[in-house]
Amino acid sequence: MKPGSLPAACAALMRRDLTLVWRRRGDALNPILFALIVVALFPLGVGPEPEQLRRMSAGVIFVAILLAGLLALDTLFRSDYEDGSLEQLVLSRHPLSLLLGCRIAVHWLTTALPLIIVAPLLGELLHLADAVRWVMVCALLLSTPLLSLLGAVCVALTVGMHRSGMLLALLVLPLYVPVLIFGAGACNAAQMGLPYAAPLLWLGAALVMALVVAPLACAAALRISLS
Amino acid sequence: MNALTLWFHKTGSPPTFYRIAGALAPWCFGLGLLLGLAALYGGLLLAPRDYQQGDAYRIIFIHVPCAWMSLFAYFFMAANAFIALVWRIKLSEILAMASAPIGAAFTFITLVTGSLWGKPMWGTWWTWDARLTSELVLLFIYLGILGLYNAIEDRRQAARAAAFLALVGVVNLPIVHFSVNWWNTLHQGQTVRLMGPSKMDGAMLWPLLLMALATHLWFFGSLLARTRVGLLELDGGKEWVRSIALAEGARGNG
Amino acid sequence: MAEFFSMGGYAGYIWPSYAVFFIVLAIDALAPRAQRKRVLAEIRGRLQRRKPGNPA
Repeated sequence: MKPGSLPAACAALMRRDLTLVWRRRGDALNPILFALIVVALFPLGVGPEPEQLRRMSAGVIFVAILLAGLLALDTLFRSDYEDGSLEQLVLSRHPLSLLLGCRIAVHWLTTALPLIIVAPLLGELLHLADAVRWVMVCALLLSTPLLSLLGAVCVALTVGMHRSGMLLALLVLPLYVPVLIFGAGACNAAQMGLPYAAPLLWLGAALVMALVVAPLACAAALRISLS
Repeated sequence: MNALTLWFHKTGSPPTFYRIAGALAPWCFGLGLLLGLAALYGGLLLAPRDYQQGDAYRIIFIHVPCAWMSLFAYFFMAANAFIALVWRIKLSEILAMASAPIGAAFTFITLVTGSLWGKPMWGTWWTWDARLTSELVLLFIYLGILGLYNAIEDRRQAARAAAFLALVGVVNLPIVHFSVNWWNTLHQGQTVRLMGPSKMDGAMLWPLLLMALATHLWFFGSLLARTRVGLLELDGGKEWVRSIALAEGARGNG
Repeated sequence: MAEFFSMGGYAGYIWPSYAVFFIVLAIDALAPRAQRKRVLAEIRGRLQRRKPGNPA
């Protein structure tokens, strides 16, 4: 790879992000811990009866992972904004959307992928049916990148704001609702023995579109917030 | 520069638009109020009872026009947001941000009156069907846009960020409109058509359409009033605003 | 008259709906006035502060 070329820039960015995450690998466990807490609270809140828990298990896990991801979104740009490297990134001569795409990919790998790996375990806590387990993992594999991409656009708009947590949640909610409806919908359909391919295909289509459009939108939003 | 371009730039200039809006707004409010009262007279007193819903259907005369306005306000906001982001026209930024609170108000009224209508008709205050959920999501989008606009210090940057968000959220508009066609919903399907005959009795239709016109006028009245304030804020350091501020102060003290 | 107000028994739903309609739209029309007062007062304040001899 020629130094200074686009592939080298992307590789350098991804290497940097992975190194930074590795240096604080304890923090990477936070989303998992949060999702675990949310899932653990539900039986305590609605009662431990297995049938009732089984009926809502997939949806609860989806919501828990969605919320954990929302908390983790803040780390996407915050530290780089605070030390000025975000502006350097925006100023670089490489297409910003591609660089941001790489960053979002690393972010998904380090925050959402562990959650997906842990999801079947969370399912056990809520007596998730065996038939649903792999549909849920599939739905999570399709929806979590979507959540990361959509979330990145909203984080770009609120970058640098102190205490932007509540505002960020308000901004992403309308975008997350359809993803949740289709993702959890696929799991619930599988639970009832109904065909579940359609919602998964919708998620796939949305993901493909988001892969193309979201980095561009994120770059535009970042330019607006940093201007 | 030809006459049209000249007219366009003149009208868009803050002091001119301030004056024009100031002259137009009271008329919009007044006419809207008049037509609204006429519509209510037609709807509450003249229109007959519905054979299925009895008198409860009369909520339609406020629920439906407000629902239409919640979508129209967003469309207006998104159009101005697009103009503001692409051509950086200051007036469009202000118009877009001014339509947001009005749209949010209409969405709120739609949800509340819909809920009050749903309880006697469907037996429930709320249901998570496609149309209600997407309208609720629309309210959240409005609140998000307002929240983002108020969170950023610099007014122009805030308007640009919020305008961007408005464009991102525009995908919800067709979802709200077509939700009754695309999904099995508890909510009634389309009755009033733009092209072709409507499935509603004439005596009920005219108050509905008149109220729709009245709410449009109210929207524009409120929009013009808010735009005036936005222009004052934007041009705060300029001479024309200073003279207005001082005149107002003298009036208040004298 | 009483029959009009009772609206076939649905008065509890219809009149609150109309009340919400009027109140929210009235607030929406009056809010710009308060905003305008605030903005003009702020501008006057800024002008005061810029006068020589006044704290910046």
